[in-house]
Amino acid sequence: MAYVAVKGGQKAIQNSINFMEYNRKKGNSPPLETEQVKEQLFLLIDRIMSEGSLYAPDLAAVAIKQTCGDVLEASFVLRAYRATKSRVGYSIAHKTDKMRVIRRISASFKDVPGGQVLGASLDYTLRLLDYTLVKEENVNREAILDRLFPDLNKADPYPDSFPKIVELLKKENLIEIQPVDSIQKEEPFDITRESIHFPASRSAVLQTMARGETGGMLLLAYSNMRGFGMVHPVIGELRVGYLPVEIAHPYEKSIYRVGEIKVTEAEVISANFSSDTNSIPRFSLGYGLCFGHNETKAISMAVLDRAMQTSQPKAASEDQEFVLNHIDGIESVGFCNHYKLPHYVSFQSALDRVRFAQEEKIKEIKK
Amino acid sequence: MTGKEWIMNQQNNKQTFLYNFAYLDENTKKEIRRKILKAVAIPGYQVPFASREMPIGRGWGTGGLQLTLSIIGCADTLKVIDQGSDDSVNAISIKKFIQKVCSIPITNDTKKATVIQTRHRIPEEKLEKNQILVFQVPVPEILRIIEPSDQVTKRMHAEADYSAIWLYLYEDIIHFNEISIGAGYPVMVNQRYIMDPSPIPRFDIPKLNHSRSLLLFGAGREKRIYAIPPFTDVHPLEFEDFTFRTEDFSGKTCSKCNASDVYLDEIIDDESGTRSYQCSDTSYCEKRCQP
Repeated sequence: MAYVAVKGGQKAIQNSINFMEYNRKKGNSPPLETEQVKEQLFLLIDRIMSEGSLYAPDLAAVAIKQTCGDVLEASFVLRAYRATKSRVGYSIAHKTDKMRVIRRISASFKDVPGGQVLGASLDYTLRLLDYTLVKEENVNREAILDRLFPDLNKADPYPDSFPKIVELLKKENLIEIQPVDSIQKEEPFDITRESIHFPASRSAVLQTMARGETGGMLLLAYSNMRGFGMVHPVIGELRVGYLPVEIAHPYEKSIYRVGEIKVTEAEVISANFSSDTNSIPRFSLGYGLCFGHNETKAISMAVLDRAMQTSQPKAASEDQEFVLNHIDGIESVGFCNHYKLPHYVSFQSALDRVRFAQEEKIKEIKK
Repeated sequence: MTGKEWIMNQQNNKQTFLYNFAYLDENTKKEIRRKILKAVAIPGYQVPFASREMPIGRGWGTGGLQLTLSIIGCADTLKVIDQGSDDSVNAISIKKFIQKVCSIPITNDTKKATVIQTRHRIPEEKLEKNQILVFQVPVPEILRIIEPSDQVTKRMHAEADYSAIWLYLYEDIIHFNEISIGAGYPVMVNQRYIMDPSPIPRFDIPKLNHSRSLLLFGAGREKRIYAIPPFTDVHPLEFEDFTFRTEDFSGKTCSKCNASDVYLDEIIDDESGTRSYQCSDTSYCEKRCQP
């Protein structure tokens, strides 16, 4: 197979691209509507937006369709699109206590102020294949609501916001408090405008993880939880909800709300005491926040955030450079797949070396 | 269509998706050009830059591509090669993309190109002052073979602490009576920085020394730019009693054009298993074959 130095490569390559397009369209089913992808595969949309680092559900749906459902490729398409947009400005940093919550749970206390709100989740489903989905009837929204939630009109009114569990613990001096002020005062490090260097600032760390690949982050966080690390996580609070995005007018400085984004936020309490021996013993905190509904990623991020706070890393997940340099899906996938490109010039060079070394060894043995 | 016509077309045709000339926005180009200037000022030093995600795979030449796109103008003629070939997958997808976003003339002729983007080779024909060679770099850090951490290698470069890599070469000689590094052989640039020349064969290393053209290196995934300005001293690492050696093609010639002083690809025949050799630089080979 010559994908290469032989003339005609150009045509073969174009045919390969065309073949892929044909494969997507050749079936008997009607073409997938991007609206369907957006409405029915919303967790996938959320993951693509998070790893592609662009909050754009409609574009994410196109990317998924275009890449035939390859999660990594779809994120890549979105990220490449993002890179063509110039930076207009930065939104205003906010605390998340005003989040419009659609799900919030705490594993640290049985009952928490505001209560546990389970919201929508796959957590409590039985992982049994549901054969009824093979042929699903097209019923209207009201009928579904009536069937699934007959007592809907008797439900309690829903509060606008919920108190933060971790804030309560902070008030009791049970949790180490990061110097928040210094973070807010300085301009955030923008990893898309500057190459990250180590030790990385906190804003660079959190940005890099927010666009990290879920699987990669889960792997590192899992290794830490299992024992190659020191974090014993307790989920202080996990929230899914909508946060307002606000920007300041460039001249008159008044603040405008330009929209809202769905995010998942995880605050993980590490049950081992803080390492600073000079201070009183306290718990410490790891923080995770990502676009969309992706609890696995938010928790992994929080665990890694806590793990990397050690000054003397002993495990991979505690080493800032190791974690941040290896969790980007677009980078790791690109590099992994570039090995499919021809390498015969460098291989020829290596062949020359190994043949020579073999001859030398044989000469030595014969002596 | 010329580059200028391309710009006009883009402006007139509001229906199509609009890209800036050469894809990157002007602020990005400005940043990359600044970093190139810094790299030229400090030969062999790796300058960090905020690499953009490109619409080709990270690791498929996005560093070289960003350099090319930020230096290219309407008057340029571009050549792109991969493994010495103008027609290889990587070269084709890059050319196709560049054509789409600025439609500047593309050539296979090394002599006619003003910018040449390359993966793993330096063309056989000698480059001139008016030409720029842009290398695609997978791993810019030559010290990675002895130290995985960037934080540490950065310090080693700063202090010119290169004992570990010298020791690596020495130990190779002790174990194998040969240095195991094939392509991407470490070079000392301007008596100061040890540099990764990208995975070019050792055969091409001498061409780096006192090159008449500017040599730019871009690593997109690793976010580094470095350069060798024209007429800079570039020498492979070697010992007085164990000198640098290029790939040995003695007694072998290209089966097409009969050249003997070029880098050759080894071709294994499907049926007989016999080996023949062909020029890795395909456009050079074609030129020689023409009557």
